[in-house]
Amino acid sequence: MSATNELVKDAGHAHHHKDLAHHFDTLEQQHDANLLGMWAFLLTEVLFFGGLFAAYTIYRYKYSAVFEEASNHLDIKLGALNTVILILSSLTMALAVRCSQTGNGLWTGNWLVLTMVFGFAFLGVKSMEWGHDYKVRLMPGKDFFWWQYAKAAKDMHTHGGGHELPDMKNVKSDTNPELGVKGRQESEQARLFYLLYFCMTSLHALHMIVGFGIITIITYYAYKGAYSPDYYSPVENIGLYWHFVDIVWIFLFPLLYLLGAHLVH
Amino acid sequence: MATDHPAHQPASLSSYFITFGLLMFLTILTVYVGFQNLGAWSTPIALGIAVIKAALVVTIFMHGLNSGPLTWVIILASMFFLTIMLGLMLSDYVSRGWIM
Repeated sequence: MSATNELVKDAGHAHHHKDLAHHFDTLEQQHDANLLGMWAFLLTEVLFFGGLFAAYTIYRYKYSAVFEEASNHLDIKLGALNTVILILSSLTMALAVRCSQTGNGLWTGNWLVLTMVFGFAFLGVKSMEWGHDYKVRLMPGKDFFWWQYAKAAKDMHTHGGGHELPDMKNVKSDTNPELGVKGRQESEQARLFYLLYFCMTSLHALHMIVGFGIITIITYYAYKGAYSPDYYSPVENIGLYWHFVDIVWIFLFPLLYLLGAHLVH
Repeated sequence: MATDHPAHQPASLSSYFITFGLLMFLTILTVYVGFQNLGAWSTPIALGIAVIKAALVVTIFMHGLNSGPLTWVIILASMFFLTIMLGLMLSDYVSRGWIM
């Protein structure tokens, strides 16, 4: 874009601002167009995630009892910790955008780096959770193991036990005919909850990973001093993206983690 | 000048920190409420708190408050279409039992 502007200047249009692409009349028009495009993209993202939220809503409505039980095997402490971490990263992102508006390239970059640090912390916690879910066989698939685990976990709760796992070697599979129709149905419904849990949290995580890539590039240009009060749309746009990802998590946390919290006493 | 400069002035620093504080408070509130036995109310309350948090992020962090009508057309359009998607689907599933 800057090369184009050099050409424009060479052609005698020296009144063109260096950050103004020549198909725009003013910096404000350029800024508004950039912003509008980003918001339009976020609208499609709302509907993209909306499909998963719709699937969640329907099955939550149909299988509410098992969904509440299944939700109880997620770690609320880690979920809440991640909520705090992600909102912190939203704050640092907002501060980065503000620094770009005042033309402070150094601190735009610094706040963006801090945003990524919090983002990595979030994904670190998330992968610990996923690892645990895999270990206790709550990963939807052939080895998904719910019914007797749920029963054992319930016994442990009533006997005041900790979070120890039942002995996995001696348990029967969820496909065991002894479970009966009801047991197998409950297992399938719980598997649906975990399918939605993994799809929604991993699509969210994927958005964060994409965000890292873009933030890295913007951070590089921020340190180079590419942004000024006249031209900071790239920082503002990645900010909008990051805040959107934060909003998705704001809904995921209560819907996935806190669903059955009232059952724990 | 009014036409040659992005119109958006930086928001005050304190507005960001106050918003962050409110978001933290609402996070604690939603966890606290989640552990209470509120029956059918627990989900509407949890969603209500989430909507307030999302509104704070949109208006302050995403500068919705200082944005023009075009941005709001998009924000409202996203909510409108999301409502259609969830609402019409739910009206189907919820009412299926009525005709049995």
